Amino acid sequence: MNTVVAQLQRQFQDYLVSLYQQFTELRKLQDEGTPDFVAEVVSLFFDDCSKLINTMSRSLERPENVDFKQVDSGVHQLKGSSSSVGARRVKNVCISFKECCDVQNREGCLRCLQQVDYEYKMLKTKLQDLFNLEQRILQAGGMIPQVNIS
Amino acid sequence: MAVGEVMRMDIPAGGDLTVTSPELHVLAVDDSIVDRKVIERLLRISACKVTTVESGAMALQYLGLDGDKGASGLKDLKVNLIVTDYSMPGLTGYDLLKKIKESSVFREIPVVIMSSENILPRIEQCLREGAEDFLLKPVKLADVKRIKELIVRNEADDCKTLSHSNKRKLAEDIDDTASPPPPSSSSSSSSSSDDSSVEDFPSSKRMKSELSSLL
Repeated sequence: MNTVVAQLQRQFQDYLVSLYQQFTELRKLQDEGTPDFVAEVVSLFFDDCSKLINTMSRSLERPENVDFKQVDSGVHQLKGSSSSVGARRVKNVCISFKECCDVQNREGCLRCLQQVDYEYKMLKTKLQDLFNLEQRILQAGGMIPQVNIS
Repeated sequence: MAVGEVMRMDIPAGGDLTVTSPELHVLAVDDSIVDRKVIERLLRISACKVTTVESGAMALQYLGLDGDKGASGLKDLKVNLIVTDYSMPGLTGYDLLKKIKESSVFREIPVVIMSSENILPRIEQCLREGAEDFLLKPVKLADVKRIKELIVRNEADDCKTLSHSNKRKLAEDIDDTASPPPPSSSSSSSSSSDDSSVEDFPSSKRMKSELSSLL
């Protein structure tokens, strides 16, 4: 058995286990007819994140003129879409983020904004790594391990 | 002359009402592109035809309720169910619900509201206005399956008798001699309260039972 492939497969499995649980619900919606469903939804989610973070960043820019309503609306949307795809960490930051909005704490909001930005980018990177691993396994002649999570 | 003699469904002698009628056509309304994609997939998996729009205004336009076109020209696009997000900019899901229930052409279409927020007064308000059900987001496959079964069962029941499970008090009374007139303040309905199969996803069922104890 090709040890390079075996090693890659193990790495893949580790990543997959942690991400699998996150996207369990979404994965139920994917099948042979729609093999790219999860990838497509997640991609839309990342675009959404980027857009919302930019908008909120602008709203928070000037300390004397923060539009907290706008920020709150952005947080609400982000919380909704992260919840829909299973991006748990992003969603959890949104909970704190909303609290900062409610009390009009600009500093708190800026910290949460930074955190949300970090979390979604981390997730994006992880998924990209997973995809790259998949490609490397296939190119090395191996098969993508199927992980069974009950 | 019986008002109720509408088209009858062929019900097999065994009594198993498996409806193999044409697919349900669902209009899904949500301002979030992510949620639209997910709900569309959930509905497609559940063997429904799906049209998604991103706002209440677009939904009204699609139905022909925006005043520009008459609603009569849309027979080919018959919508069997509307699923809408609650919080949307412009027309909220609640506003959309009201407009649909105010329309003589479309008020029979069941409307289901979705929301990420579990706010009881909001849920009450929607059910009072005639919403068929209220789903908490993130919506799961089991939620959609349950809603679909409900709709299909309602349509079958409508064909058997003429008692509608519309919770909103209708302005005109239907002269229905087949069953007693429903009490005006009742929030429950006979054909849709069969919850025996709804064990696994109690989110909206729990709300319903909480509500009926309140009302």
